[in-house]
Amino acid sequence: MLWGKTSEQKLGAAVIELDNLGYNYGGGELLSGVSVKLAPGSFHFLTGPSGAGKTTLMKLCYGALTPTSGRVRAFNMDVKGLDRDQMALLRRRVGVVHQDCRFLDHLPVIENIALPLTVSGRDLAQEEANLRELLNWVGLADRSDALPPELSGGERQRAALARSVILSPDVIIADEPTGNVDWEMSQRLLQLLVELNRMGKTILVATHDLSLIRAAKNQVQARVLRIWDRQLHLAGADL
Amino acid sequence: MSTDSLGGRLRALIIGDAQADRVVPPSGFTAQLTLFAAGAMAFLAVFALALSLASGRLADRWADELARAATLRINAPAEQRTAQTEAALKILRQTPGVASARAFTAEEQAALLAPWFGAALPLDALPVPQLIEVIEDDPGYDATGLRLRLQAEVPGAVLDDHTRWREPLVDAARSLRLLAVVSILLIAGAMGAMITLAANAALAANAQVIEVLRLVGAQDGYIAQAFIRRFTLRALSGAAVGMGFGMLGVWLMPAASDEGGFLTGLGFQGFGWLLPLAIPLLGALVAYIATSRAAKKRLGDLT
Repeated sequence: MLWGKTSEQKLGAAVIELDNLGYNYGGGELLSGVSVKLAPGSFHFLTGPSGAGKTTLMKLCYGALTPTSGRVRAFNMDVKGLDRDQMALLRRRVGVVHQDCRFLDHLPVIENIALPLTVSGRDLAQEEANLRELLNWVGLADRSDALPPELSGGERQRAALARSVILSPDVIIADEPTGNVDWEMSQRLLQLLVELNRMGKTILVATHDLSLIRAAKNQVQARVLRIWDRQLHLAGADL
Repeated sequence: MSTDSLGGRLRALIIGDAQADRVVPPSGFTAQLTLFAAGAMAFLAVFALALSLASGRLADRWADELARAATLRINAPAEQRTAQTEAALKILRQTPGVASARAFTAEEQAALLAPWFGAALPLDALPVPQLIEVIEDDPGYDATGLRLRLQAEVPGAVLDDHTRWREPLVDAARSLRLLAVVSILLIAGAMGAMITLAANAALAANAQVIEVLRLVGAQDGYIAQAFIRRFTLRALSGAAVGMGFGMLGVWLMPAASDEGGFLTGLGFQGFGWLLPLAIPLLGALVAYIATSRAAKKRLGDLT
């Protein structure tokens, strides 16, 4: 039932909507009065100094953290009202590329990429072709049997991206996907994200790499959100 | 919870999901500790069960046999003994509530005394009282009335209706059975506690794995299942081995014999041998419940 609503939502309401959101770690406010709507098919960068709360904001978007004030709506559902199983279903619609990737280190890359299929009870045999295609797309076809600790930084990021899109989610949230890779690799990752955006996916990328944002602006209509002084600002054209 | 979903969950538990099993890394040493603990507990449970069954049998037998029997002892000088015995038997046969009364033969009396004095005892030479076995009818006789009548007509007769020493024996056997049952419950509880600790340790050790699974959209049931299946199967197989050894131990114990008294015959009898087969299933159930609770609690603490 969750999947059925997608098409109509794409026409109208925001995919993810933060409404006057605040977050308090207990040692003071980190974010306050944050309101933003991610429209379907939009491409957003989230930037700001280290420790400003980029990761926190992204975690709030996919429900890994609960806001201390305000509301988070995802796919027209109040995230606060979801029970744990509904939250799991929500995460299948939001592909997340974690800052440090997070793999199961005892399973080969291909099984890690297929993990969202496994945990949602899909038949892997049926998805075999998709999986191979995805591996080719991220350029990991010949590394599919390697264990995650054997991968380079760029390979890990690409594997994490492949894992985040395997269930064909509506939104992809990537936290510093180019943090540990060289310029060439970050361009390649950006390329993959741009392609996903052209396929209609909503993209939110946290980065402090301004040249990456500039490179993206040549290819897609990307908006830049900047966290500054606990608030979220829409950055101007000065970037 | 409907029986359908329970059946489905049980089926899923037994058949399992090879892929789901792989998401939690193999645990090696701690797995063997769980197996060992389950085995040891099952081994002990077999003995506690054997003790409980045997003491139960003992209590029932004593209560039954001794309740309906009484002994009449005739202490009389040798020349009067036969006459008094005859008189006592006559009275007993006339007493309502006495099913039968029978004087022991000299050989039977010798056999009763043999354990104390040896077989070569010249019984004729000793002033041994004559014993009469009295079997009670249902309803029984009036013991006080019988005693009064015997006192008047057979002065050397003493009626011993066994209640005096039957009750403490039956009580002892029953307490022994109660102790055995309590032991079984304690063993089950201890096993539950150990599995809970082991499951908690496994859940803590795999916190990273659980986090990744949550991140990619795994529901709690899926994550819990991977742990529950593991611990349930471990408890089942460990307990099965422990039960096997326990039953072997019971089987090797000496069989019931008259010489050994109540210390022998502690094993299983007949269908009783099937009862220990429930121990591994019970162990698996305990592990299932313990792991489910541990997983539910720990997963509930995460976001």
